[in-house]
Amino acid sequence: MGGAILQRGGGLALYAAVARGGFRRYVTYRTATAAGVFTNTVFGFIIAFTYQALWDERPQLGGYDQAQALTFVWVGQALLATVSLVVGGGLDELQERIRNGDIAVDLYRPADLQLWWLAADLGRAACQLLGRGVLPMAVGALAFDLALPAAPGLWAAFLVSVVLAVTVSFGLRYLVALTAFWLLDSAGVAVLSGLAAMFFSGMLLPLRAFPDGFGEVVRMLPWASVLQVPADVLLGRYQGAAVLGALGFQAGWAAVLLAVGRLVQSAATRKVVVQGG
Amino acid sequence: MAESFGRAAPVRHGIRAYLLIVAMWVRSTLTYRASFAIMAVGNAAGSGLEFVTILLMFSHIDELGGFGLPEVALLYGSSATALGLADLLLGNVERLGARVRDGTLDVLLVRPAPVYVQVAADRFALRRIGRLLQAVVVLGWALARVPVDWTPGRVVLAAAMVVSGAAIYGALFTLGAAFQFWAQDAAQVQNSFTYGGNAMLQYPPTVFAKDLVRGVTYIIPLAFVNWLPALRLLGREDPLGLPSWVDFLGPVVAAVVCGGAALAWRAGLRGYRSTGS
Repeated sequence: MGGAILQRGGGLALYAAVARGGFRRYVTYRTATAAGVFTNTVFGFIIAFTYQALWDERPQLGGYDQAQALTFVWVGQALLATVSLVVGGGLDELQERIRNGDIAVDLYRPADLQLWWLAADLGRAACQLLGRGVLPMAVGALAFDLALPAAPGLWAAFLVSVVLAVTVSFGLRYLVALTAFWLLDSAGVAVLSGLAAMFFSGMLLPLRAFPDGFGEVVRMLPWASVLQVPADVLLGRYQGAAVLGALGFQAGWAAVLLAVGRLVQSAATRKVVVQGG
Repeated sequence: MAESFGRAAPVRHGIRAYLLIVAMWVRSTLTYRASFAIMAVGNAAGSGLEFVTILLMFSHIDELGGFGLPEVALLYGSSATALGLADLLLGNVERLGARVRDGTLDVLLVRPAPVYVQVAADRFALRRIGRLLQAVVVLGWALARVPVDWTPGRVVLAAAMVVSGAAIYGALFTLGAAFQFWAQDAAQVQNSFTYGGNAMLQYPPTVFAKDLVRGVTYIIPLAFVNWLPALRLLGREDPLGLPSWVDFLGPVVAAVVCGGAALAWRAGLRGYRSTGS
């Protein structure tokens, strides 16, 4: 098993094709996409109203004015599916393949397992950014006074930040999926990790609005890369070169998580007997 | 055949079938105790994080929309308890779409038990008791802390609030499932009304736009789950200025939406055409 994983085959064209496949696969789920847009929009409205009340009481909480806080809400709803904060996003299938033993076939393919799934996940994310991100954001911008930037540079930086956010989120979810090699039923781990992601990404409340000491620690964790940093990039919280610092923070976590993923993967494929003999 | 047993017999038969299926799933769940424990804790933590968010908000403020923490906790606890009950007892009706898609609904049609009962008890998720317990704890804390003079009438009102709230959420789950006879991938839409409704009802109605409050009072009667009875308990005016007897209509509204949901379910089931597999 270990030998198969070390074979690097295919090259860029292969992974581009996998990413395209991931994209096209999610394009076919039209009803689910429409339902998701509806749900994200409803939740966007509800959270936006609660933030409005909170920022009415405490203007400038976390250094955001009310328009920025509301923008944070809609960025969160727009990215929810893209960065796969919803429990059960993206890598369920990998987990299931490990559980039922199909992973043995995958390991014999002339492609790298981690890159294959990363490519597929980036394709999925691109599809969901377009399908489930744009509309809720547009509705939010129509219904509320948002602080969306006019500078194209900020939007470009935001897009780079989102790609890195998806990569960090993938790194986390990939590790969770790999636990199935040892646990078989890693649904519990997936649930707990999903909850951690919801809370520590700033999805429930911006991390800058957390109590001081706690907030500072939380902003250093990988989950901050998933929503807090992209939102702050879009809101212009980073000036000039600081944007590069923020993107570097995300890239650093992405690299660490992908490297740990590789280590765990090689440990798993060396030591664990695949299900189904 | 059932007529010979009188009118109560089909109901008794249905409840018996429900309990048998539930008992089977509970036995199966408890085979993997560690897994069950993790999932139950995860379930409780999932809804608990929403309350932690409220606590984090109240670390910055004393009042949200004019409501103090115990009052918001009462809203949170009552809605979450009602949703927890409905979700535990029949939340899995939302899996109907998946069963229609893969054709396994047909199997349920030929078994000698009502289809609704089988779908509601399908894969009964005992782990959801975690969410329910967490909600009950918050509700208990809130009931002890709110400044209410507990007369027998108010105790009955509080109890009726939770029971009819659960019935209203149950009806919404059922309506969502009936909708899936036509749109199998739209399971998420019902989440907007159940989980989304719960996210909304946790906060005081004063936080939201009047039109939204009107919508959840007159169109989707979520306001009867807890807002109206809880405002009455707390001795507060409702933002729409409804006559005071409306606050006591919860059980009536619950009966009406349950009736509507039953009709929708029947229409959906009658119109069901198998995938033909």
